[in-house]
Amino acid sequence: MAKRIDVSGLSAYYGNHRAIEDISMTVEPRSVTAFIGPSGCGKSTFLRTLNRMHEVTPGGRVEGKVMLDDENLYGAGVDPVAVRRTVGMVFQRPNPFPTMSIYDNVAAGLRLNGSARRKSEIDGIVEKSLKGANLWNEVKDRLNKPGAGLSGGQQQRLCIARAIAVEPQVLLMDEPCSALDPISTLAIEDLIGELKEQFTIVIVTHNMQQAARVSDRTAFFNLAGVGQPGKLIEIDETQRIFSNPSVQATEDYISGRFG
Amino acid sequence: MDIVNSPGEHPPNSRQPAVTRLGDRVFLGMSRGSGILLLVIMAAIAVFLTVRAIHAISLDHSDFFTTFEWNANLQPPSFGIAVLAYGTVVSSLIAMIIAVPVSVGIALFISHYAPRKLATPLAYLVDLLAAVPSIVYGLWGGLYLVPHLQGLNLWLNEYLSWTGIFHKSDPSSAARSLFTVGILLAIMIVPIITNVSREVFRQVPKAHEEAALALGATRWEVVRMSVLPFARSGIISASMLGLGRALGETMAVATVLSASPVLSARLLDPVGGTFAQNIAAKFAEADNFGRDALIASGLVLFVITLLVNGAARLIIARRKEYSGANA
Ligand SMILES: Nc1ncnc2c1ncn2[C@@H]1O[C@H](COP(=O)(O)OP(=O)(O)OP(=O)(O)O)[C@@H](O)[C@H]1O
Ligand SMILES: [Mg+2]
Repeated sequence: MAKRIDVSGLSAYYGNHRAIEDISMTVEPRSVTAFIGPSGCGKSTFLRTLNRMHEVTPGGRVEGKVMLDDENLYGAGVDPVAVRRTVGMVFQRPNPFPTMSIYDNVAAGLRLNGSARRKSEIDGIVEKSLKGANLWNEVKDRLNKPGAGLSGGQQQRLCIARAIAVEPQVLLMDEPCSALDPISTLAIEDLIGELKEQFTIVIVTHNMQQAARVSDRTAFFNLAGVGQPGKLIEIDETQRIFSNPSVQATEDYISGRFG
Repeated sequence: MDIVNSPGEHPPNSRQPAVTRLGDRVFLGMSRGSGILLLVIMAAIAVFLTVRAIHAISLDHSDFFTTFEWNANLQPPSFGIAVLAYGTVVSSLIAMIIAVPVSVGIALFISHYAPRKLATPLAYLVDLLAAVPSIVYGLWGGLYLVPHLQGLNLWLNEYLSWTGIFHKSDPSSAARSLFTVGILLAIMIVPIITNVSREVFRQVPKAHEEAALALGATRWEVVRMSVLPFARSGIISASMLGLGRALGETMAVATVLSASPVLSARLLDPVGGTFAQNIAAKFAEADNFGRDALIASGLVLFVITLLVNGAARLIIARRKEYSGANA
């Protein structure tokens, strides 16, 4: 249930502005890969090219190849809707559907694309996903209450439950803890550790300790200057990146000497 | 991290004795004063109208609510609003049934489907249509729409007359019916409802739409999961705005309908009337008492509008817990 991502020669544009340039990397299945780098270097942009969300932005355009095992996500005739079902996403700010109950939020993806399932089957998946997101015990008595009534950390776990309910191959997370308190952050970090047994996980974070704690591999992005496109500087085992990176800029960034 | 408040620090929301500044006090006085003035003026108007209306109704020789004819100038006067209330409600209902789905569709097309090159001029066109005075719609309706709807009327009569409501008693009569009025009203209110709905659709937070997209929703599913639920109360408000215009519309009805005091379920028959059209038609020839009687009918229209608005607010409030406004 987890796939390898193989990116080669990928650039992404907003209109005429090239936000990221010529990125190539491999993301291993059943592992956590962290993206770090200064603000504006294109981490979010790159993440969104991995499930074809980038092109949703007006003017958004992508060049290059993203292979999910042996399928090119940008190949001719590939349906972006199908891609997004395989590659799930969790956003920086928790965004449960405000008009839906907790239950319906988790079930939302299951009801898409005309897939008709039995109620009992959906019940089962909702429970399993909420348990998978470590939220079940907190909400099992109020599944029919609105999802917007939960705390920020609970909402974020609800969004994770919603994303894993459709059983994606890959889970992309864009700074999933940046709006949360330390305790909720810890809960989500633990969760990421559990989820990687099943999914390929990519997480963007500004928190070095977090990257060091949760990820197996870390990719460092940087940009030469304002208005320049962001680039991948290096990607390696997290331990190596944090102890003995092969590029000086990485070490400078991690030790806080810039960025 | 320091979680405990240091002693003596106010929690941010506690009300502190306000420090008043001159500017604040002047502004407060002005806003409070104009608020009170407005209320007093409105109360005065309401009292004035109600007193005259009750006076007229008390002298009505027949039952005000069930009588069909409007003969306020007779001795003794005999008038009632049954036909008018029925015609007003039915024509507005027809207008809403047609206009709301069409408007929501156009608004969605502009905000979520059309490429920008098409959406901008289209939105501009709708704005323009909303600004056209109703007399223009009225003239166009009376001169153009009535003859051109005859075909539709006959078609409905041929295939749907078994329903009763689409039975045309005299197929040769012109299409000056409540049905035609409803269609014209629909055309008139589509631009307003479209305008307001489009504005609401535009304000749907990106985060909600992206949540649906990232789950693998198609464009229509995004609309269904994120856009429509968020915009629901806005669509209702927009519809109420349109309904308000439809209920009070005068010229468009006066130019189309051949008014006659018949209350008929057959929507294609050229009979009926509405409050506004009746007031416009009878006002010139009315004496003082006749005018009071017309005021009474106007008040009933006002009450109907209030009731409809209240119902809409109830619908909006019922699901406040789930409203997207605070997310
Ligand atoms: N919607 C957009 N339209 C135009 N340019 C954009 C848009 N979003 C991002 N950009 C530009 O693309 C570049 C990369 O932005 P991106 O959001 O990917 O950076 P990031 O690394 O995620 O930053 P942060 O750490 O602050 O989230 C920036 O120069 C930004 O100005
Ligand atoms: Mg970002």
